[in-house]
Amino acid sequence: MSRDLILSSIRSSLGRRAGQPVPARPPVLLKIPEVPLARRIGQFCEALGKLNGKSLVAKNLEEARDYVAGLVQGRRAIASNAPFLGECGITSIPGVETGFTGRMALRERCATYDIGITSASFALAETGTLVMLSSAEEPRLVSLLPPVHIAVVPTSKLLTGLDELLTLLPDPAGHTSGMAFITGPSRTADIEQFLVRGVHGPGEIHVVLV
Amino acid sequence: MSKRVSLFVTCLVDQLFPKAGLAMADVLERAGYEVEFLEDQTCCGQPAFNSGYWGEARQVANHFLEVFEHTSGPIVVASGSCTSMISHHYGDIYRDDPAVLERVHRLESRVFEFSRFLLDVAGADEFGARFEHTVTYHDSCHALRELGVKHGPRRLLSKVRGLTLKEMDAAEECCGFGGTFSVKFDEVSGGMARTKIDSILRTGADYVCSIDSSCLMQLQGALLRGGHSVRTIHLAEVLASR
Amino acid sequence: MSILPAGEIRKTLLDDRLQTAIYGSTGRLVGKRRESIDDPVAAEFEAWRTHANAIKRHTIENLDYYLEELERNIVKRGGKVVWCKDAEEAAEFVRRLCREKGVRRIVKSKSMTTEEVELNHEVEKDNIDVVETDLGEYILQLAKEKPYHIVAPALHKTRYDVADIFTKTLGVERETVIEKQTMIARRVLREKFLTADLGITGANFLVAGSGAVVVVENEGNARLSSSAPRIQIAFAGMEKLIPRAQDLAVFLKILGRSATGQPLTVYTSFLSGPRRPGEIDGPEEFYLVLLDNGRTKVLQDPAKRQALYCIRCGACLNHCPVYRKIGGHNYPWVYSGPIGAILSPQFHGVTRDPWLPHASSLCGACGEVCPVKIEIPKILLELRRDIAEAKEREGEDRVQQLAFKAWAFVMTHPKLWSLALTGAPYTMPEAENGWIRSVPGFMKIGPLAGWLSQRDLPAPAPKSFRRLWKERQEGRQ
Repeated sequence: MSRDLILSSIRSSLGRRAGQPVPARPPVLLKIPEVPLARRIGQFCEALGKLNGKSLVAKNLEEARDYVAGLVQGRRAIASNAPFLGECGITSIPGVETGFTGRMALRERCATYDIGITSASFALAETGTLVMLSSAEEPRLVSLLPPVHIAVVPTSKLLTGLDELLTLLPDPAGHTSGMAFITGPSRTADIEQFLVRGVHGPGEIHVVLV
Repeated sequence: MSKRVSLFVTCLVDQLFPKAGLAMADVLERAGYEVEFLEDQTCCGQPAFNSGYWGEARQVANHFLEVFEHTSGPIVVASGSCTSMISHHYGDIYRDDPAVLERVHRLESRVFEFSRFLLDVAGADEFGARFEHTVTYHDSCHALRELGVKHGPRRLLSKVRGLTLKEMDAAEECCGFGGTFSVKFDEVSGGMARTKIDSILRTGADYVCSIDSSCLMQLQGALLRGGHSVRTIHLAEVLASR
Repeated sequence: MSILPAGEIRKTLLDDRLQTAIYGSTGRLVGKRRESIDDPVAAEFEAWRTHANAIKRHTIENLDYYLEELERNIVKRGGKVVWCKDAEEAAEFVRRLCREKGVRRIVKSKSMTTEEVELNHEVEKDNIDVVETDLGEYILQLAKEKPYHIVAPALHKTRYDVADIFTKTLGVERETVIEKQTMIARRVLREKFLTADLGITGANFLVAGSGAVVVVENEGNARLSSSAPRIQIAFAGMEKLIPRAQDLAVFLKILGRSATGQPLTVYTSFLSGPRRPGEIDGPEEFYLVLLDNGRTKVLQDPAKRQALYCIRCGACLNHCPVYRKIGGHNYPWVYSGPIGAILSPQFHGVTRDPWLPHASSLCGACGEVCPVKIEIPKILLELRRDIAEAKEREGEDRVQQLAFKAWAFVMTHPKLWSLALTGAPYTMPEAENGWIRSVPGFMKIGPLAGWLSQRDLPAPAPKSFRRLWKERQEGRQ
């Protein structure tokens, strides 16, 4: 069997036996800086802005709702099942559909609607990143298929950066089959190194921090 | 350390660019050192080593050790690549021979590339030199990446009266020599030289300077072939100029 | 045994447009990397490199342990691991799975490992529609060409090339505006994503402790390939392992910066197995193809196995003055640039492309920028030694061997060397200002011809250094 052939070949090259334990490995290198929330918010918006993503810091749930409503304005939007979106009243904006639990029905809308609205499990200030964990509340395709992605995230979820996330979540596989980091709009520079946004993923991204 | 240094001029300087070796001696004397040249010296062994002929490289390295290990003071080398051959690669050649490795370690702590010697051992950066030209500096690869030689030569050049130092944008890019690479892959090597020359020309400098004669040979040959008037010059020659 | 592709290299060197494209694109990536590792992260970046090297060293030195841990965890999360010792086995697995599951269409995101295996070519034998979805790879697939660069596969194509390719293969009206070309590709590929039965991705990292595959990208095609179709296969070389998810903190920070100057790429996917109960979308079946295909061979050499630390960032390519002249297609295998020069001989044996490790000036720029600190120039030197030894055994290249033997003889007999120095000026033609432009026909051979084809040759100095030194010392007495 190839598995056994490969493993025994590896072992003979490395001088190891089956079942032999490993020596102490280098410790993880994680450094979490001390950054107050106000500065984290500023960092996030600045980082996202550099990538042409838009951000809004909403003072309350109503302001968040109004902003999103302004973006939706007559277009069709599919919202994920994240409870926070309901709390913000976003799911009651005209044009926003939500509550889908069937894969094909959800997919059909993601493929044809203009806007996908989600919350996020976390946001990372250093890089302007959204952390999405695939779940019944947050399907994968809502933040991926529609050409516009709006994410509404409570500031309590805003971490300093990747190091803090991995400290809080040392094994993402324990929670989801698919964790995605989203850092700005989809882009490519494959032709003549000329930057184009919105190749496959959304070309327009808005993050509302509440 | 004693005030007596031993020169390792390198086979290239011995054969093709003796003025660089003489200039090196002049500058060292100006810095207050007595300079000796051991006649039995030949080569560091790098050409064979780089081509994969480690046995032949070892024979030549043996000879180098025999010639120089009986000196007691610093050994000053006119080239970065030869210096790094001794300090970084003799260890590879002799890795199966701990006794010789020991001799190599004792010797290599006394082996210095020329600009390094002036700044770190002699502690001098000014030699009364005058060179009224615009000069751009080429970072020879081995010196840059294996010896960390970058700011030293520029500092030395900045102290030369009348000299204007202009930085080229591709200072750290390889000139294309690479030993036998220059002839085995002559067209690629020539292309690399021409790219470097474009960068040199953009500075408007009259001279391009480095601490390695092999680079200077590659660049001067290509400059002449391209009909350009820029000349190459070894750092030692600039520092020896009056 | 392949011969140096001198003709092809010459063509590349003489193609001004291509030269500008290669040098310009790689130059831009060099600049972007430089910006992203400048202050304030400069000091930390070096610490990250050291740490990443240590983790890779530990993982590769204990690879069997981590492979088993990875397998256990992937299975725990509902996935399957397929161990493939060679390209044939990997391709056979995919074809068999497609037959069993009735797969008619495959969408693929970028994977150099699938190039190694020539997966598309194999799968197309069964009349399956396999589509590359990374824009650059898609363009090349339409043009029936191989990638030019690990990270920027269509580096060598202009918008006009792309216009021609699209018109010819997609039947669309000729379009030369890059944004519009991108939208054409988006439209065509979206349909493929949504109707594909199988999505194949590569893997930047395999996380043993989680049983997960990590894929980084900027376009979104890897996310789509791994989320839309009902079956997912992740293809990975066995060396892609890292022990823990937390190690990603360092690796993600150095990968994006080294490749394109991005602190993080737009998308990073952390995938472990098929969709869980309760999740609405994601694949129903998940397979990880673990590919050997010669990696166990590379493991055999303790000095050179560090080549397996590679995280495929492409920085060595961007900084290599040789790659920047000859481009990606003049390398014999799918991996080009300095990493290709040290992997190909280790996978295929040093005598297959004996010229490859010599196609370097040993400038060291590659090793200087490698995020995982692979000592590329050192490995090149070791490979050159292996080649010289192999040639000696096989009785090849005797002239070069004898030349170095003679050279060593002279260099270990100082009196002979002195004699050579005295005699040399008489062997060369007259030189104006000390430089020779050409030599008589009978001399124009070998190294001399090679040198003179590109530059003037310095004439041996009329008096060697040692002679001048003697005169100088005597003059002082």
